[in-house]
Amino acid sequence: MSLTPAEVRNVAQLARLDLTDAELTAMTRQLGSILDYVARLQQLNLDGVEPLAHALEVHNVFRDDEPAPSLPVAEALANAPDRRTRGEGEQFYAVPAVLDTEA
Amino acid sequence: MADLPYRIVIGLEVHVQLLTKTKLFCGCATQFGLPPNTATCPVCIGLPGALPVMNRRAFELALRAAQALNCHLADFTKWDRKNYYYPDLPKNYQISQYDLPFSRNGWLEIETADGAKRVRIIRAHLEEDAGKMLHDETGAGRDSLVDLNRAGTPLLEIVSEPDLSTPEEAKAYLEEIRLLLRETGVSDCEMQEGSLRCDANINLHIPQPDGTVAATPIVEVKNLNSFRGVERSMKYEADRQYEAFQRDGRRLAPGEKETAGWDEARGVTVVQRRKEEAADYRYFPEPDLVPVVVDAAWRERVRAETGELPAAQRVRLARDYGLSDYDIGVLTQQGRATVAYFEDAAKRCGDAKAASNWVTNRVLASLKEHKQEIGDFPLTADRLAGLIAEQKASGLNKQAAEAVYNRMLETGETAKMAIAHLGIKAVDAGALEEIVRRVIAANPKAVAEYKKGKTAAAQSFMGAVMRETKGAAKADVVQKLIAEELQKL
Ligand SMILES: [Zn+2]
Repeated sequence: MSLTPAEVRNVAQLARLDLTDAELTAMTRQLGSILDYVARLQQLNLDGVEPLAHALEVHNVFRDDEPAPSLPVAEALANAPDRRTRGEGEQFYAVPAVLDTEA
Repeated sequence: MADLPYRIVIGLEVHVQLLTKTKLFCGCATQFGLPPNTATCPVCIGLPGALPVMNRRAFELALRAAQALNCHLADFTKWDRKNYYYPDLPKNYQISQYDLPFSRNGWLEIETADGAKRVRIIRAHLEEDAGKMLHDETGAGRDSLVDLNRAGTPLLEIVSEPDLSTPEEAKAYLEEIRLLLRETGVSDCEMQEGSLRCDANINLHIPQPDGTVAATPIVEVKNLNSFRGVERSMKYEADRQYEAFQRDGRRLAPGEKETAGWDEARGVTVVQRRKEEAADYRYFPEPDLVPVVVDAAWRERVRAETGELPAAQRVRLARDYGLSDYDIGVLTQQGRATVAYFEDAAKRCGDAKAASNWVTNRVLASLKEHKQEIGDFPLTADRLAGLIAEQKASGLNKQAAEAVYNRMLETGETAKMAIAHLGIKAVDAGALEEIVRRVIAANPKAVAEYKKGKTAAAQSFMGAVMRETKGAAKADVVQKLIAEELQKL
C-alpha cells in the first residue's frame, strides 16, 4: 500500500471532506490502488522522451476580447444553497462566516 | 539605514489586473463597480461542462508587461490548476501557472537613496482572479457574502527576488511597476479599485556576536492596497520582528512562512496563520486549456509595441536635454504624454531648461487644479514655447510672465496676443533709464530716506518701475539702473 490513512485524512481535509473511519479505510485502499497502478509508469525507461504538457497536439487557441452576455443574477444564483439581498436589490451568495485562521 | 542592527530583506508579489474588456476565459465584463453577481457565466462560476478559452488580448498584455520588466519570454507556456477551497473560488481551483510560466528572469531599476538599484524579478505569470468576499464586520459571526464579478478577471502576478532592503525601496519598486504598466497600457493600476495589489515577504538578517547571521521567520503581509501601506507595514514588521527575536530568539525554519494582514487603521500587522505548503495546492496541468507557443516573430512584435520605457526615457532626457535628475524624475513620473509635451515645447523654443521649469511648475499645477490630462490641456506645447520665446526676447519678468500664462490659459490667446491685451510693452534700455529717472524724481521722500542710509527705500523705486513697465523689465536690470541713478544724486 503506497498511501497511509493519515495522508488520505490530510488530502480530505484540504478538499474540505469529512470522512468516516469506514470511508477513510475504503478511500485509502482505492486511492492506494490507483497510485500503485500509476507507479508502474515510473518503471518505464523514458530517456530521450520529451515531457508532455498536454494530451492534445494543439496550441495557441484564443478568443477575441469581445464581451458576451452574462447570466441574469437570478440564474447565476439559482444553485446557491443560500443567498442574500442587500441595499437596492444587490444579490449575493451567502456562506457561513469564514475564519481566516482556518483557511 | 546603515545604523540599524539588522538588514531587512523584502520581496514583493504584485498582482495587477490587465486592461481587458472581458475576463480571462469568458466574455463577462471586467468593468469595476457593476452590481454584484451581474457579470458571471457558467465558465467563471464553474458550472459543470463549461470550458475556458484564453483571451488573446490578456495574453498579449501580459507579454508586453513581461517585456517591459526585462523578462525572458518563454517559447512554450502552459496553465495549471492550483487547488484550494474558499467561497470566493467557485471551481475550487484557480487556473494559474506553475512550472512553465510565460516569463521569468527579469529586472526593474528603481531610484534609492544610494542611487539606482536593479531589483531582480523571478517570474511573471498569468492567472485568474477570485471573487470578492464581504465579511460580517460586526463580529456577530453572521454569514459572509460573495460577489463573483471579479472571479476570472485576468491577473498578472509579478514576483521579485528578495532584493529590496528598506521599506522605502519596497514603495519605490511598487511605484515604478505602476508607472511602467500604466505607460505600456497594461493596467490602470488603480489601487483603490484593487487592480494593483501587493503581498510582501519580509524577514531580518541579524548579525550575531559570534560572527554568524541569524534570520528571523519570514512573514508574508497580504493584501497591501496602498503605497503608504506597503511602506508603513514594512517599517512596523521590521521593528516587530527585531523585538520578537530579542525576546524569543526564534529563527527561520526551512519551508516555514507565516501569513499576516495589515491593519491600516491601527497601523499594525496581525499574524494570521501558517501558510499552506506549495505541495498542498496539488498543482496539476490544466487539461481544458492548450499550451501557448510564442515564436521569435511574436516576441519581436511585442518589443515593437512596448515603446519607450521610463528607464530609457530618463537616460534620453538627461542626454538630449541636460535636465537635472529631479526634473527628469518629475517629468517621467507624469508619463509619456507629459514628456512628449515637454519635448515639443523644448524643441520649439530651444530652451529645454525653461521648458522644463514651466512644465514641472506651472503646467502640472494647472493640470492638477483643473483636474485635466495633458492631452486636453488648452495651452498647447507650441503656445508655451511662444511664451518662453517672448519671455526671452522682451525680458518679461517672472510675475509678468505668469500673468501672460494665466491669460493664455483663460482665453486661449497666443503669448503675443496676451501680452498686447495685458498692455505689456517691451521697453528698450533708453526708455527704461528714462522711467527709472522719472520714478526717482517723483519720490523725493524716498530719496531722502535712502540718503540717510535706509537702503531699503530703493525697493519702493523698484515697485514703481515695475508698475510703469507692467513687468516687462527684468528685475536685475532695473535694480542696476536704480543703483546707478542713486549714485549720481
Ligand atoms: Zn464569465
